[in-house]
Amino acid sequence: MATNILMPALSPTMEEGKLARWLVKEGDTVKSGTILAEIETDKATMEFEAVDEGRIGKILVPEGSEGVKVNAPIAILLDEGEKLGAMDIPAAMKDIKAAVKSEIAPPGAGGAQSTKAEAPKAEAPKAAPAPSAPAAHPAGEGNRLFASPLARRIAAQKGVDLAALAGSGPRGRIVAHDVEHAQPGLPRPAAAAPAAASGGGAQGTTGFAALPDAKLFYKVGEYEEIPHDSMRKAIAKRLTAAKALIPHYYLTIDCNLTSLMATREALNSAAPKNKEKQPAYKLSVNDFVVKASAMALIRHPDVNASWTDTAILRHKHADVGIAVAIPSGLITPIVFAAETKGLAQISNEVKELAGKAKDKKLKPNEYEGGGFSVSNLGMFGVKEFTSIINPPQSCIIAVGAGEERAIVVNGKIEVATMMSVTMSCDHRVVDGATGAKFLQTFKQFIEEPASMLL
Amino acid sequence: MADTNFDVIVVGGGPGGYVCAIRCAQLGLKTAVVERERLGGICLNWGCIPTKALLRSSEIWHLMHRLGEFGFSADNFKFDIAKIVARSRAVSQQLSNGVGFLMKKHKITVIAGEAKLTGKGKLTVMSGGKPSDYTAKNIVLATGARARTLPGMEPDGLLIWTYREAMVPPSFPKSLLVVGSGAIGIEFASFYRTLGAEVTVVEVLDRVLPVEDEEISAFAAKAFTKQGMKLKTGTTVTELKKGADNVTCTLKAKDGKLETITVDRVILAMGIVGNVENIGLEAAGIKVDRTHVVAGKFGETGVDGVWAIGDLVGGPWLAHKAMHEGVIVAEKIAGVKGVHPLNTSNVPGCTYCWPQVASVGMTEAKAKESGRKIKVGKFPFIGNGKAIALGEAEGLVKTVFDATTGELLGAHMIGAEVTELIQGYVIAKTGELTDEELAHTIFPHPTLSEMMHEAVLAADNKAMHI
Repeated sequence: MATNILMPALSPTMEEGKLARWLVKEGDTVKSGTILAEIETDKATMEFEAVDEGRIGKILVPEGSEGVKVNAPIAILLDEGEKLGAMDIPAAMKDIKAAVKSEIAPPGAGGAQSTKAEAPKAEAPKAAPAPSAPAAHPAGEGNRLFASPLARRIAAQKGVDLAALAGSGPRGRIVAHDVEHAQPGLPRPAAAAPAAASGGGAQGTTGFAALPDAKLFYKVGEYEEIPHDSMRKAIAKRLTAAKALIPHYYLTIDCNLTSLMATREALNSAAPKNKEKQPAYKLSVNDFVVKASAMALIRHPDVNASWTDTAILRHKHADVGIAVAIPSGLITPIVFAAETKGLAQISNEVKELAGKAKDKKLKPNEYEGGGFSVSNLGMFGVKEFTSIINPPQSCIIAVGAGEERAIVVNGKIEVATMMSVTMSCDHRVVDGATGAKFLQTFKQFIEEPASMLL
Repeated sequence: MADTNFDVIVVGGGPGGYVCAIRCAQLGLKTAVVERERLGGICLNWGCIPTKALLRSSEIWHLMHRLGEFGFSADNFKFDIAKIVARSRAVSQQLSNGVGFLMKKHKITVIAGEAKLTGKGKLTVMSGGKPSDYTAKNIVLATGARARTLPGMEPDGLLIWTYREAMVPPSFPKSLLVVGSGAIGIEFASFYRTLGAEVTVVEVLDRVLPVEDEEISAFAAKAFTKQGMKLKTGTTVTELKKGADNVTCTLKAKDGKLETITVDRVILAMGIVGNVENIGLEAAGIKVDRTHVVAGKFGETGVDGVWAIGDLVGGPWLAHKAMHEGVIVAEKIAGVKGVHPLNTSNVPGCTYCWPQVASVGMTEAKAKESGRKIKVGKFPFIGNGKAIALGEAEGLVKTVFDATTGELLGAHMIGAEVTELIQGYVIAKTGELTDEELAHTIFPHPTLSEMMHEAVLAADNKAMHI
């Protein structure tokens, strides 16, 4: 009998994705394991395999469709010899309309884009409405606030501002329970944070004046327009939320790489070679940074932690993310339990993950989660910089170039290879002194790599 | 070689189990169900469904006695208990086959036999004395429950029945003692009384249908008594003495007074006990409290990869609660985001006696006990046009609101078709509608549902037709 092939969830957090490409066509016979399509999420492109055998009766969602909801029917699978019944398509199509979002820009920006050519000025005042709500409720469609009638009534009686609450009901709807557990007159910024970070997104955050549409300032034809792909959208959404909702602060420390460079040189030249004269490993400074971070995280579990509404999650392993730049954006694959791995293994793993990232072949379990991140722009000669925390993690270090600098040792000026590292910390989880102590340990490991053996 | 490795194996093919399996399959999990008897479980084979078929027959019998009222005449009508039972069995069979079809449609493997946990992610299924081993990432226990029995009051299947025998009587008993006045006891009492048996109901608590609102209980008791049922509340059974084809029962009233009655058959309906035996719970380290598995709000048993739902876990012990838990657990296993635990105060209860009883949420007494300021609305069937046109003017709809917030705390109904009506209040409660939205809702005329509107309005003394 005809069954629907459903849009797969490629990760626990995936809600929708782009059906990038069909690899089968109507009439094709498939069996379990046949690759049906390529599905693009905000992070990666993945192959989608058939589970059942049969024949593709009808493709319901054309390739290139964006915003296809998880579990929406995307094709109809028929048993061998079976014909497509008239009943099968309409039933499946009904779901599709709801599943595939129209390709109109998100609310807020949408109006401006479609009408800007005719009346750009008329849109300008609309683009910057006065913020009426004092706090950040992640509004879904436009600014409508979703709350049950009972929640509204109790909120009015208790003097609770609904806009300050994060809803726990279906699709973030505020229900009575949310209001009953809120403080009268007090917004709950902590509660609003994770909700907005995961679902609200930049445009959905009330309380901020919308930024003007950049297109209003430039003449058509004087720029090239590159539509956002799903990774660009995810970067915009997640990082805007992270920067707006996580109380960042920054700590910078300088590390002397003299000893590290010597150790690296010694280890690399001692690397065994295979028949093609390829060394078994080639350690980079960044591999030492990853290892030192992992070791320091185990010494300072307070830093290796994530914030939730009700508790701090202290991670048992040092899962270190490494920011990898790829042509369409960036992604942070993770070296899991890095404290248990040696430099050579870390080095080879990072190379493999970076390669997969560039080919967009990373699986969600290779980049989701993690307890800490490393972002290194040293290879571009950047001396120091600050990073945006990568939720659900609490800290990220921004690593600058190792460069020769004049330093003062015992009253004398000496030349040493120095590297500046700036850690961004989530103050809800990591207080200043905690972060500083971590960096102190990190610096010690970097300046004397052999101490990591202790 | 049949497949022995699954993402999910559900133990028990009752309403909780098969629904859980379907949801698992919908979510792309490779799923199997182990069933020792027939798909559909007690609900479909020995519970909810076949009793509804029986009660439909007794309802028709009741209406036949009122033919004159509707302008008909006929006489010398009879019933054949064998045919009534046969119809009930056919209904069960049809639905059990239907569940089999649903399993096939969702490519769920059905394993016949009795399953036992034998290790982490491992199950052994005994079928015809032969064991087969299976592995699964997740195991959902949905083994259900059976009738509670007490020492000295063991059912023998001949003279002393549980629901199972009461559902397939070989002949029609002239007199019956029903022990327990919960939903199961009262439905059988109603069925047999309507068809003409002398029925005595014994209830240890001080009222029949003791979980219902007091006022509804009292209304029901009055209706049952008028139908000729004998209700003995605050009474226990101290002895059942079996004769050749009858049972002599000693009843003890609250004041200690003893009474003996002799009846053809006894139906035991003193509640249920969970089927916790022989499924390897103890070895797996799963906690059991008074015959029910202790489960978290998402069905977690505390043992990784093992979940429990339905009658096997805490109450209310109702098929629709089990089904909902099945869905919750399936979605938890699949990692669906935003799964909400089941809110027991939003689980409706229905009893298909005549008149029917249905309710959701707190009784008036419970609402008062909670310390809230409450308001209560009531509307009788006699004020409803449709009820009178149907010839069903006996009944009552009652609402209990929090007077401060307008929250619908509970709704209680007795009368014709209330089991079909209650869902309106359940939606209102689940969606957190207040008295105001309900007052602004337009109910179609003429329907029985208008009484639900009137009972809301009555809480503010705004009812129209009374």
